[in-house]
Order: sequence, then structure tokens, then C-alpha cells
Amino acid sequence: MNPSKNPSIPKKAEGLLRDLKLMLLLTGKRIIALVLMVLIGVYLTILIANMGGRVDELRLVQIRSEISEAVRGDLSFRELDSEERNQLIQRRVDLEVRRLNLDRPFLLRSFNYLYRAMRLDLGRAEQMHSDMGSREVHAIILERLPATLLLFGTANLLIFFLSVYIALWLSRHYGSLLDRIVIVLAPTSAAPAWFYGIFLILFFAFLVPILPSGGMVRAPPPEDNWNYTLSVLKHMALPVLAMLLSQIFISIYSWRTFFLIHSSEDYVELARAKGLPSRMIERRYILRPTLAPVITSFMLMLISMWSGAIILERTFSWPGLGTLIFQAIGHHDTPVIIGSVVIFAYLLAFSILVLDIIYGIVDPRVRIGAAQ
Amino acid sequence: MRYWSERLWELRRYPSALLGMVIILCLVGLSIVTVIAMPYDEALDRWRGGDYWRMHPRNAEPAWLDRLQGGNKPKTLIISSLDAETESVAFTGGKRLKIPLHFDYDFSEFPSEINLFLKAEKHTREPFARLTWHTPDRREIPLGGRRVSASDRFSLSQDWALQRRLGLLPQVGLLARPGTDSPEVLPGRYTLVLDAVLFDEAAEITADLVVYGRVHGIAGTDHQRRDLLLALLWGTPIALAFGLLAAVGTTLTTLVIAATGVWFGGRLDAAIQRLTEINMILPLLPILVMVGTLYSTSIWLMLGVVVLLGIFSASAKMYRAMLLPIRESPYIQAAQAYGASNSRIILHYLVPRILPVLIPTFVTLIPAFVFLEASLAVLGLGDPVLPTWGKVLNDAQNESALYNHYYYWVLAPALLLMLTGLGFALLGFALDRVFNPRLRRI
Repeated sequence: MNPSKNPSIPKKAEGLLRDLKLMLLLTGKRIIALVLMVLIGVYLTILIANMGGRVDELRLVQIRSEISEAVRGDLSFRELDSEERNQLIQRRVDLEVRRLNLDRPFLLRSFNYLYRAMRLDLGRAEQMHSDMGSREVHAIILERLPATLLLFGTANLLIFFLSVYIALWLSRHYGSLLDRIVIVLAPTSAAPAWFYGIFLILFFAFLVPILPSGGMVRAPPPEDNWNYTLSVLKHMALPVLAMLLSQIFISIYSWRTFFLIHSSEDYVELARAKGLPSRMIERRYILRPTLAPVITSFMLMLISMWSGAIILERTFSWPGLGTLIFQAIGHHDTPVIIGSVVIFAYLLAFSILVLDIIYGIVDPRVRIGAAQ
Repeated sequence: MRYWSERLWELRRYPSALLGMVIILCLVGLSIVTVIAMPYDEALDRWRGGDYWRMHPRNAEPAWLDRLQGGNKPKTLIISSLDAETESVAFTGGKRLKIPLHFDYDFSEFPSEINLFLKAEKHTREPFARLTWHTPDRREIPLGGRRVSASDRFSLSQDWALQRRLGLLPQVGLLARPGTDSPEVLPGRYTLVLDAVLFDEAAEITADLVVYGRVHGIAGTDHQRRDLLLALLWGTPIALAFGLLAAVGTTLTTLVIAATGVWFGGRLDAAIQRLTEINMILPLLPILVMVGTLYSTSIWLMLGVVVLLGIFSASAKMYRAMLLPIRESPYIQAAQAYGASNSRIILHYLVPRILPVLIPTFVTLIPAFVFLEASLAVLGLGDPVLPTWGKVLNDAQNESALYNHYYYWVLAPALLLMLTGLGFALLGFALDRVFNPRLRRI
């Protein structure tokens, strides 16, 4: 199937058709693999979340104490003697246990959880509810997802395009002052975004109060759309800046090094010798062959950002998935925590799938490899 | 060996590497001094808070920070009755003590609190104590009296009756110049006279007057009066140990696993590959959060989970790619020919070959794990007993330190974290250039 060995060069339309077929094959294969991966990953999550049933015991104790407190505190049950009251408590505990499915063996429950988690039916939250009042975990999570996507999507795209663009420029002006500044600043990326966030809040929200210290929109939210957008943008400025600060130098540095290595390849030297304009050299001779690694690293950055989201959002009280997990920790709301992990797993798997597809589009070796 | 020493010798040409090494050495030195100066158990015990810190002010900023800004905020004054000239008048069945507790106050601001700690011993009946406050301009303010139990405390600054009488917070009113609109400090010698009647000849009473300041030591204190210096110092060895152990644990296990997969190939290799892929979709931080919430937030459990999830990390794929060509090299065949065992080939022939490439990654991984620990602590999932930088940050965040302008509380641990991150990152970047010949040309 290797095209270089194929003596008859297929016509363009034929080639396109073949590529499309290969792509479909690749996508199908990857989807099956990823679904399996998610299946195992989610099951592992469920196992971790309920190891040895200790969590169940804790929850039983909690249920019992809450119910007996409620019954004791209720004036209408004051007339009951202790025997009857205990029976009432026991009845209510049983009901609650049945409501939470705690009376069935864990193994059975785990597969039930798995089946429902795969269908994104994440069950009901124990304590928390969405802003609309729903107690469905997926409603709670879906409500928060857009905020996370907005913030991290913006920041990631900004970082990616800025760093690739600047890195290309630097690789042309290698050794300049700016180049050296970037090299010196690259180690500052050892600190995560939330860390810079603290400093940014200190400077821009307290010392020079020009930007809000947290939240997503002014309270109360502005009425018209224009002001609403403006307010959201203002609230986004600091977290995006924090992510930018923590990522930009290292990514410029690594792109610059990467492009430098590739621009010393023989075919690039040849293009230079032919006297091609530097824009063309950049696009055709440097960017095109390096596109696959560029995209990989973009997706990998995205993946690592998903996890970093939790703390950054907490630092800026951004009402996204991260803050949700943090609140769920506070409430000890297991279904929400597990649900968030599942959603994160899905997001990661989806990122990988997109990565694979893009990979297949830009790199012919990948789609041909998939067909074999 | 020569290869290594030559590479390391090359490092001297990179000033950033030297700077990084100096920072790391300083941190290591600080950890060693800390661990020797204050034993682990003692540090943990003190960090738990409580009575040990009762004579420390709350939320006091570092003294040097205030002096640097030209301020003259009060330090904590502790006046003990052991140094005071006690007048003792005996009567049948007891004695009467008059203990004057003097202190000179010439700071620009009012103290944050005033407490009197009393300790009465060897009595059968509880002694009675009466307090009077003497100001430099010879006013006398009676502060009331009461029976003293064995270990008692007069909280002057929480005396509501006194506050109503003075019209100001007690710690302000007692030291203010009378007759001014906005209270200002009247400098001079103040005396708190403790008039105690003891109903036993052998009975003793000791008193400590604590005038809590607004600055404290090198690092300041937190909301529980704890000296932040303790956490900042002890945070160093903990952070370094966690970072180092996690980095060693993840890189070495990953490397060995990758080498095993490459050497045996076939199904084992495929299984390892699939596990790596599954691991890729397991989000590390949410899982740590889950484990921390549901089980325990012990730092060792976290370390274990980090290493476990790190075993099949994405870098296994990178190592595999590097190891595959090495597998076919003639020296491995030679080793096989002389009958080297599988484990010998993996551990002695495959793994060491790619160690040099690994060193920079390893060094840059350390701060990543240091920050991971801090991140968990900031989420409130820090180890419950250990004093760490992240926990200081978490406390500060919970007490809205930035909003209340306790900047030192956030800045000190943050700077230490930054320093650790920078030190390792600087060294790691230089190592990367030394050990990756491709980068050296540029």
C-alpha cells in the first residue's frame, strides 16, 4: 500500500476517495479503541472511588446520624416513645439505603454504575444541585462545562497561535535579544497557572484594582448582551493572562528549538539556496513537515490543561468544572466527583480522537499505517 | 563514568545551570538545617497549634517588612512577674502580693491584643486578684478583679465592660492619649498592677502580661498565632522529598517497564502499550482529588497514587521509541551470546543507554511534583498534619489573606515555591542542552 512503491500514480479523485476510505477506517478503529479505553478507565475510576466498600460504611453512618438527628429534632415526633422512634429511624434509613442502592452488592452496583456512566447517566447528586435546581449529576456538570470550555479554549488557542507565530519569528532571528530573553524566561514555566494567578490577583485586583479578582460575570449580571460579554471578558482577563504567563515562554522556547532543528535540514537549505522567499520557506518547508508534531503537542497541552483547570478555576472562582469538583470535595458528594472524573476522561478521550483524526489528515503515513 | 563527568563539567559554561545549582544547594542546606534544628515530631506537634502559640500575635506581619517600609509597628512584649519587684505583706492565713508589671511602649500603633496569663499554685482556696492599669500620665484605670483558678487568663482586649467604659477597644483605649478625636498612642511607661490576695502562706502566683504586637519575627504569624517560619522551613524538606521521590518513582518505573516491553516484545509490549493509552485518559488531578476526598490526604498515599498513575505515563511511548533501535544493536546481541539473562540485559544494557536523555526530564519533573503537592494542598487536600507551603497558601486563601492585606502570608510560600521551581528548571534546561547533542548545535 506504500504509495512510493506503487508504480501507477493514482489520479487525484481516486486518491481522494482512497484517502477518505482510509480515514474512515482509521477513525472507526480509533473510536473502537477509545471506547474500550474509556470503558476500562471509567471502571477503574469506579473501583478507586469505592475501594473495599469503606465509602459505603462511611455513608451508612452519615445517613443514620442525619436521619436520627432529623427525627429527634422534629417536634411532631416528640410524642413517640423511644421504641417507636427507633423503628421510625430504621425505616427511614432503609428507605434512604434503598434510594442510594447501598443494599446491593458492590460488584453488581459497579457494573450498573459503569453502564450508566458510559451513557452519561451519572446518577443523582447527594447534596449538590445545579443552578436550575436539578439534582441530576449530568445537569450539574453540563451547566458548568461551557464556562470551562470558554476559558480554557480561549487561553489554549491564544497560547498556541501566539507561541507558534513568535517561535517562527524567533527561529528566523535566532540569537537576537528577544530570543535570548525567551530562553532566560523559559524556566519560569515550572510554576503552574494558578500560581501566577495568585500574583495577578494581588496586583490587578488589590494593589491596582482595575480587574475583578474572581467570578465570571459581574453581580448582578448586566441586562443587555453587550455589557454581559464585556463583563465576562473582563473577568476572563486575569485567568487567561495567568495561563499565558505560565505556558507561553516554555512553548515559544520549545517551538523555536524545534523549528531551528528543522530549518537546518538539507531540503530547507536547498530552498534557501534557490532563493525562495522566507515566508514560503516557512510555510512549505518548515511548517508542513512539522505539522504533525505541532498538532500533537497542541493536543497534549490541551490534555494537561484539562487537569490544571481545577485549581486555576478555584483560584479565580471561575464557575466551571474545576470549581464544581472543588465544591463536591467540600460536600463529600461522591456521585458528582465520580461524574466529573468520568467527564474528564471523556474529554481526554475526545481530545485524543480528534488528535488521531487530524494526524491522519496531515500525515499520509498514519492513514496508510491504519489500513494495514 | 568519564562520559558523565565530562558532561557535568560542561555545565560550568552555563551560568543558568550554576544559578540553578546554587538555589538547589541552598534549599537542600536549608532542609538539612531544619531537620536537625527542629525534630520532625516536635515540628508536627507545634504545627497542630494550640497552647504553645498563646503568646504569639495573630496575623502579625514579618518585622523586617515593616521596618523596611519605615514603619514602627509594635512587637510583642511579654512581661513576667518573675522579673518584677513584688511587694509581699503577710497576714494570718495568707499573704497579699502587689506585683507591678512595667513596660515601655513607644510604637506608632496600638497592640493587637492584651492578655494576662496567671498561674496559681500550692493553694487550698483560690486566690483573688485585682488589676489596675497605670498610664504614663498618671491615670489609673481599674480593671476589676476576680478569683483566679490554677491556670487562668484575663483577656483585657475581650473585656466588653471595659470597652464600653473606655468607648474604644480596650487595647486601644488603655494606651491612647486622652482627649483626642482619633486615638493615638501615648508613649511612655505603663504599669499593670496585680493586687493578689492568697489564702495560704505557701501559695504562689505568677503572671505574664502579653502585649501582642503587630509584627513578628522573620515570617510573621497566621490566624492561629502559629509562626509561619516553622511551616516555611519544614515545607522545604517535605517539598524536596516529595518531588524527588515522585520523580524517581515515576521515571524509573516507566523506564524499566518500557524497556521490559521492548525487550520481550509481542503481547507484553502490546499490553503495556494499551495500558499507557488507558492511562492517558485517566485524569491525574481529578483522581488524586477523588482519592484525597474518599480515603485520606496523607502525603504518602498521594505519592503512591502519583507513582502508580505515572508508571504507564505517556513518556513510556517516548522511551519505547528510543529503545527500539537500541534493541537491535550489536552489543545487545553480544550480551545475549555470552548468556546474559533477560533482567541483566534490561537493567544493565537497555536502561542505562537512554539515561542521559532522561536526566533533564527528570530534573524538570521534580518541580512539577512539588507544585502538584502544593496544588493539592491549595485545594484543601494537603496532608492533615504536615506543615507544607501549599497548606500555608491554603490557609491564607481560606482566611482571604489578600483581601485583608496579609500579603506576606501568600508571598513567602509562593516565593519559596517559585525558587524551587526555578532552581530545578534552570538546571534542567542546561542539562537538556548538555545531554541532547542535537540542541547543542544551536
